[in-house]
Amino acid sequence: MIFRLNQSSGIPLYLQLIEQVKHAVETGALREGDQLPTIRKVAVDLVMNPNTVVRAYRELEHEGVLELKHGSGAFIKESAGGRARVMRKAQAVVQSALERLAPLGLTEDELRRVFENELAQARAEKRLAPARHRAGGSVVPQASINGEGKP
Amino acid sequence: MTDFIIETNQLCKSFKGQTALRGLDLRVPAGSIFGFLGRNGAGKTTTIKTLMGLLRADSGAARVFGIPVTDADGSIEVRRRIGFVTEDKELYPYMTVEQIIRFTRPFFPKWRDDLEQRYLKMFELPPKKKIPDLSKGMRSKLMLLLAISRGAELLILDEPTDGLDPAATEDVLRELVAIAASSGTTMFFSSHQLAEVELIADHIGIIEQGKMIVTGSLDDMKAQYQRLQVVFADSVQTPSHWVDGVEFVRQEGRVLSILASHNVDAIVEQARSLPGTAVERFPVTLKEIFLEHVRSN
Repeated sequence: MIFRLNQSSGIPLYLQLIEQVKHAVETGALREGDQLPTIRKVAVDLVMNPNTVVRAYRELEHEGVLELKHGSGAFIKESAGGRARVMRKAQAVVQSALERLAPLGLTEDELRRVFENELAQARAEKRLAPARHRAGGSVVPQASINGEGKP
Repeated sequence: MTDFIIETNQLCKSFKGQTALRGLDLRVPAGSIFGFLGRNGAGKTTTIKTLMGLLRADSGAARVFGIPVTDADGSIEVRRRIGFVTEDKELYPYMTVEQIIRFTRPFFPKWRDDLEQRYLKMFELPPKKKIPDLSKGMRSKLMLLLAISRGAELLILDEPTDGLDPAATEDVLRELVAIAASSGTTMFFSSHQLAEVELIADHIGIIEQGKMIVTGSLDDMKAQYQRLQVVFADSVQTPSHWVDGVEFVRQEGRVLSILASHNVDAIVEQARSLPGTAVERFPVTLKEIFLEHVRSN
């Protein structure tokens, strides 16, 4: 099983599973057309509730990462690669930010707190794109995430 | 769809002046694994016995598969569709493992020989051994075998992993998950092991002094509940009224620790508006939710 869940983090398991599938796509561990393990296999291997796995897969389908084919399982969608490229761009931005922060000598925990606080602040001020996996949340066009199409 | 396999309304029960249930509302959705949590003496076993028709409630209503538990004919039908593991793991003491399986099988037309054989092997149950000579863990496993093999639509499990070692606990949880995944069996189980509930349950209910104090989907709960830590530069100032969603507030030095059940963004905003504060938010575990609620009661 390529997925690993942290039981004591307090983060809902379906969100952890969603993040892990996305991460696997971003790193190339899962490629377009690859089949994901069945719901039963994920549930039994990770000892988690099968409904939770279903929920994660459904939301991933809703976000366009997966395609659920009735009776034959879940597959990484062809378009998921585009998202992976956007994420790699974001990775580069974060990498350079980390390099610039290095002289400050902050610990990993301190960095994480700074980042999460800023994220919370941005969320409160509604500067973030709406969550893509929330029911009813709109899917943001990729161009606006890329920064393309802006003056 | 609101299809509840178990549903109770304002269930009350007293024993000789001791109130065990005071208006319990319980709803277990079809196909869910429902973790029923509570301290010792909170009313878990009384609830389960009432659902099984072993106790009669003083007032209120309880339905299993939509059938009132007080309906005598219905009760037989209900019991045929339920697999049950009791808290005391009591079984006929004069029988051997083999005998009790042979004795139980004819009562259940949907008996699954394949599951029976599988669990006999997996749980390493000695067929010729008499029940009183089994360890507590072995008796738990035997009860699970009897409950699961009957092809039940609903499993009611009163502390199913009580007395099992960690390896056996893992085996049992894995099997419960596998059964839920392949047959859609609804499971209602009580436990003190919050970590195992957090693993396999998708819905939970916390009972305290005979009342349901928190219930719902575990994922929703964990998404909505957050701990906020508000650090004050000078002295702590609390607002006269917190906005909706603040469950518990604790103060330690210049730090306020808030458990929020929902409406977290608004609470963060309110905390930020207090003079000289820095606000951080953390995810919460089921254990924290449980402890905060039962301690405050």
